[in-house]
This record gives sequence, structure tokens and C-alpha cells, in this order.
Amino acid sequence: MNYFPDEVIEHIFDFISSHKDRNSISLVSKSWHKIERCSRKSVFIGNCYAINPERLIQRFPSLRSLTLKGKPHFADFNLVPHEWGGFVHPWIVALAKARVELEELRLKRMVVSDESLELLSRSFASFKSLVLVSCEGFTTDGLASVAANCRHLRELDLQENEIDDHRGQWLNCFPESSTALTSLNFSCLKGETNLAALERLVARSPNLESLKVNRAVPLDALTRLMSCAPQLVDLGVGSYENEPDQESFMKLMAAIKKCTELRSLSGFSEVAPLCLTAFYPICQNLTSLNLSYAAEIQGNHLIRFIQFCKRLQRLWILDSIGDKGLEVVASTCKELQELRVFPSDLHDEEDNDTAVTEIGLVAISAGCPKLHSILYFCKQMTNAALITVAKNCPNFIRFRLCILEPNKPDHTTSQSLDEGFGAIVQACKGLRRLSLSGLLTDKVFLYIGMYAEQLEMLSIAFAGDTDKGMLYVLNGCKKMRKLEIRDSPFGNTALLADVDKYRTMRSLWMSSCEVTLGGCKRLARNAPWLNVEIINENENNDLMMERNEEDEREKVDRLYLYRTVVGARKDAPPCVTIL
Amino acid sequence: MITELEMGKAESELELGLGLSLGGGTAAKISKPGGGGAWGERGRLLTAKDFPSVGSKRAADSASHAGASPPRSSQVVGWPPIGSHRMNSLAAKSAREEEEAGKKKVKDDEPKDVTKKVQVGFIKVNMDGVAIGRKVDLNAHSSYENLAQTLEDMFFRSKPGTIGLTGQFTKPLRILDGSSEFVLTYEDKEGDWMLVGDVPWRMFTTSVKRLRVMKTSEANGLAARHQEPNERQRK
Repeated sequence: MNYFPDEVIEHIFDFISSHKDRNSISLVSKSWHKIERCSRKSVFIGNCYAINPERLIQRFPSLRSLTLKGKPHFADFNLVPHEWGGFVHPWIVALAKARVELEELRLKRMVVSDESLELLSRSFASFKSLVLVSCEGFTTDGLASVAANCRHLRELDLQENEIDDHRGQWLNCFPESSTALTSLNFSCLKGETNLAALERLVARSPNLESLKVNRAVPLDALTRLMSCAPQLVDLGVGSYENEPDQESFMKLMAAIKKCTELRSLSGFSEVAPLCLTAFYPICQNLTSLNLSYAAEIQGNHLIRFIQFCKRLQRLWILDSIGDKGLEVVASTCKELQELRVFPSDLHDEEDNDTAVTEIGLVAISAGCPKLHSILYFCKQMTNAALITVAKNCPNFIRFRLCILEPNKPDHTTSQSLDEGFGAIVQACKGLRRLSLSGLLTDKVFLYIGMYAEQLEMLSIAFAGDTDKGMLYVLNGCKKMRKLEIRDSPFGNTALLADVDKYRTMRSLWMSSCEVTLGGCKRLARNAPWLNVEIINENENNDLMMERNEEDEREKVDRLYLYRTVVGARKDAPPCVTIL
Repeated sequence: MITELEMGKAESELELGLGLSLGGGTAAKISKPGGGGAWGERGRLLTAKDFPSVGSKRAADSASHAGASPPRSSQVVGWPPIGSHRMNSLAAKSAREEEEAGKKKVKDDEPKDVTKKVQVGFIKVNMDGVAIGRKVDLNAHSSYENLAQTLEDMFFRSKPGTIGLTGQFTKPLRILDGSSEFVLTYEDKEGDWMLVGDVPWRMFTTSVKRLRVMKTSEANGLAARHQEPNERQRK
């Protein structure tokens, strides 16, 4: 029995927005479960195949906002066939049929079609926000339907999607009455943009806070856009490889100066150094800066720019900044929380003096006390450096280190990097995400199993010696949710040791490992609540299936397993076998 | 559950495996098919021979720390772990640099051509029996001979004292002239698998989607399927 009437409890629940917390609430009692589910507005589904839309709607009839994720993470690196799955269409159909008053849809790594977008735009009268990240399958025609039909659209955010640009007039499709836009991001579109339509749209959107244009928006257009939207907080610019003339430059700078609310800057797929200097006036206000696509800019220009950015909290940059540049970041950006350093040149086989090394990483760890998330691509690393980093920064939540060459040892001692990563997991008690690289033995996994108590996501590549490694992780990391492994010698023993462990995890990915078809079949038999998917290259598929049927010792190319309450999916392509 | 003792034993087995070839011995250890005792399975799992990719790790453990022909980061499929969006922009950048070097005019829509590919000119190469797929830059080659050389280096050749990707120390392979154990095949834009070498190089580079180094025994069907009335020359 509850002490309070349901309405009061529901009101209290309204204050609780975190998914984790709401999930916990729903487990307290039947009554709380019912109140919670009927009042739940926002649902996050980390794996679209773990549940189906019908059951979702049944449980949460008041749904307003839905987040769905489709393909596994390694799809970002071309390890998952395009046709694997993750179709949003059935979800939209079901939501439309049930007359859910959907307002917000956020998709990641899903296949979206123009048909889906059209249906979406016509089915939900209060639809406000569409966020698509790393999706594919649609064209600007689909965007046109959304623009035309979603009368209350506030947010259209397209991040790194594969969109077929029909160079149409999708921007023109926003009706004149559409004035509610707060966020518009079409940076990933590759074609020409109707500048006039864009300028009119921005001019009539006084609440626009975030605008990210694509590379086809030239400097003078950007200047005009900024002039009529000085309230912008978040700006993504296009590509400006040519130095502007004096007049254009002055106009640009004047427009930028007026944008006193600007806090976040990105884009810059090419930028002439002079263009960058036009942004100096607002540098001191910036909390987020993404220059990671500006491959042409030399380190010294980057350094000069960053010297003004004293309030940066988030920085995404290319390794052309160099260790020296990172030292400048360390002494300038005392508020830095998140740093990502991407490689600027993958073809470079010789030692590149200007790329980043362990020195830069140590400098950052020493200079930035608030740092909690890092993604660092480099050519070399040492245990000593990692141990120092761990000492300097015990607050890491996300630590992703990618040494470009697989299996590369500590370059000063030639030893494995077990001790370095061990120090990280031991010191960083709140570590939730970890990506490993370099030469690593089973020992690093022993450390991870022992110390990484909060670890939820672990990415392993070219690491470990025996099944022990994987077992340490499965046995030790109680909070593990996503484990993804490639090119590591883990096999059936590790896979099958504790089947119930997978009940507590979202998914497991293993590619180019030692698991065999026989092992996977055994797992599937013992865990009917798992979908165990085998993904094979499409070549000679019939031949492969014959061979596979005969020889259970055949190694499995790619294995992806995930817990689900709805059994094997019906939309798997031929290259995927669900055991 | 696996005990420490059993694990320890398996490890010492592995150490032995470094110097001696236990390959034959371990195969015999599998008493029953489908993973008899936990023993047999682990024994099988842990021999050096079973890890073509681990060749590099074993070499690192031993005296030489050069790392056995470690795959260059740009040659391994899906590595480094950079999203395709970013890869495309990097590729577009280097393509632009190349063009500028050649003093050619940069086309405006060039980045668009790179949409689905990971890197301009790079195509996947798989070899039968080898776990790790590689990538090769077609643009960096001017002829079939060139390409064959690179592939032989990649999959078979070894630096002194190290182990190649397939764990073999071998002599030149001549995968193009039909005299070796392997042949080079490719998948074209229509999805057909063909023997490499029949069409002019330029035409080949525009139609190839990916390569596969196939065992000659398996390729026989392929040759027969594509046999033309007039005898073809394979160079």
C-alpha cells in the first residue's frame, strides 16, 4: 500500500528523469511499476532488437521521447555488413498505429528510409525533435518531408550520417510559418545548399541556438547567417580553404564579435589560417571546440588559437597539434573535461615529429585537473607515462587510448603495456569506459577484473594470450554492459564459462577470435534468451554454410550476441545466421 | 570451472610450443570431436600454430622485439578505429594533396566519391586460412606484378628472424602465374569472382571491389567458369 495517492507519487516521479533511476523505481513494487510505466515519457533502448515496438508501447503508453540504437559499435569501422539490420521503419509504423504522441526520436546506427521519415512526419502532430547519429539509408527527400510536415519542429540534428544528397530544395520545404527552430545541424550533407532558403529560415528563427552548416556554405553566407543570428550558442561552420579578402574578413569578424553567446565552435573541414583568426574575439567564451576535421591547419596556428580559449571544457583536435601544442593546452585550458586527439595522417610510416606521443598525454594529465574523458590516438606509449597519468588523473570516467600500430610494446622498455593500463584501472575508481591498445598480455585483464568495478564498456583489440584474459573480465567486472573484442585469442572456454553473465550485459562482440561454430551453438542452446548471431562475409555463402554445418570447429568470423525478450529477429540478411 | 592449475599447465604447454612444433601433437590431443575434455579444447586453443595473428606477439615475447611484420595500421581492416566519416575526410585530404602534387585541378565533388569506401584506393584483401584481413592501396601500384609483390610481402614474406602472417618462411610465391599453391582472385563491381590478370591493369583497378588469395584447388571451378573459347594468357 502506498501512503500517498497515485497522483502524488506520479508527481514525485516526475522529478526523476534518469533512465537508470526510473528503471529502479519500477522494480520496487507492482503499484510503483504501474505508476511509473504509465507516467514514463522518455525511454532509452540501447539495442533495438532487445525488445519490439509493440511491447514497448504496451508498457509505456504515454511515451513522448524514444532513443534507439541499432548496429553494434564496431559498425563504425566497417566490421558490420551494411545490410545487417537496425531498421527504424517497424518502430515508426507501430508508434503511428498506436497513436503514440511522439515528440522526440533519437536514433544511432540505424537504417532510416525516406519512407520512414515521411511516415514520421505525417503521424505525430506534436513532433519536435529528430536526432540522427551515424544513420544511413535516406536522402534529402526524407528531410524535405520532415521540414514540410512537422509543424512544431524544434530540432533537426544530423550527425555523421550517410545521406544521399539530391541537392534538392529541402531547406525550402520549411514553411514560412516555421519559426520554432532551436537547433539545425546538417553538417554531414555533401551537396550544395540553397543559401537563400537557409538565410530566410535562420532569419525567422529567433530561438535558434545551434546551427551547424555543411561545407558548401561559403564565408560570405556564414557572415550573413551570423549577423542575423547573434544569439547563437553553438556554431558549426563550413569549409573555407581560400584566404578571404580584407573586406570579407572584416565583415566576418564584425559578425562574430556580435555573437557574444557563442560557446561552441565546430566544422572547419578546411580552413585557411586567416579565417580562423576571425574567431579570436569569441575564443575566451568558448567551452567547446572541435577542430578535428581541419586537416590542413598547421600546429602553430592551432596553438595560437587555443591560447585564447581559457574556458574550454571540451576539445576535439588533430594530432598535428603535437606534444608542444598539448603542453599549451595543459597550461591554458584549466577547465578541460574532455579531450579527443585524432590522427591527421594515416599514411605516414616514418616517425612524425609533429604527431603526439606519451609526452603530450602526460602534460595534459598534469595540467588539467578536471579531465574525465579522453580519446587519444598516438604512435607510441610507455608504462611510465600511463602510470603518471593515472596518478595525475584519478577521475577518469572514459579512457580510450589507441596506439596506431597493433601489438606495439612500450617503446622504451619493449615490454607490454599491462602495467600502464593496470595503473589506470586501479587509480580511476569511477572508470566506466575503457579502450585498450598496444602490446597486452592476459595480465592487463587480471588488473581490469580486479580493479575496474564500475566498468561498463570495454574495447579490446589484438590483446591477450589465453582465455584466462577474457575470463578475468567476465568474472571481475560486475557492471560490464558492452564488451567488444577483435583479433584476440579468446575462445569457447571463455565464451561458455558463465552463460548467465550475459543476462547482465547488453551485448558481446567477438570478431577474428578463437570461438568456433560449435561453441556458439552450445551457447545458443544453453541461453535461449540470447540472440547469438554469426556474421560471415558474403563470399561463397552457400559453400561456407555447407562447410560450417560439417565442421563445428570452424572458427567464427564475427559473433554478436545480445540479450533479448523477443527472440530471434526476422529481418536478418543472408550473411547473418541466428543460432 | 577452470582451475588455476589447469590454466598454468596450459600455459607451460604454450611456452614449449614456441621452440618446438607441437602442431601435430596438439591435433592428436583432441580425443573427441566437438571439444571432448576441457583439456583437448584448451590444448588446441593454445598452440602457436593456431594463431596466425599471434605470430607477432610470440616474437615480441622472445628475444627479438621488432614485432613480426606487424600489420601497418592502415593495412588492417577496420583499424585504426576511426569512424568512416572521419576516414573519408582524411582520405579526401590525401587525395587532394596528391592531386595538387600532380598539379591537377581539384574537383569540387571529389569527397563525394569516397562515401562508401574506407580509404581512396584501398581495397580489402583476404587470404584463405588467415584470420586478419588486410588492405592494399591500388593507387600505389602500377601493374599486376607490383600488386603481386606487395601481397606476397604482406602474407608470406618475412623479415629475418620473424614470422610472417601465415607463420611460414617461404620463397617467392608467384601467385600470378598459376604455379603456386595460391591464386589471386577478385570480386568485381557486379559481384562476380574472377581470376586476376586477364584485363588491362587500368580496367582492373576501376572494376575491382576486393581481393582474395584463394587456394588453387578451390579456384579451379573459377577458372573453368570463366574459360573463354580462345585460350587466355595468364601473366
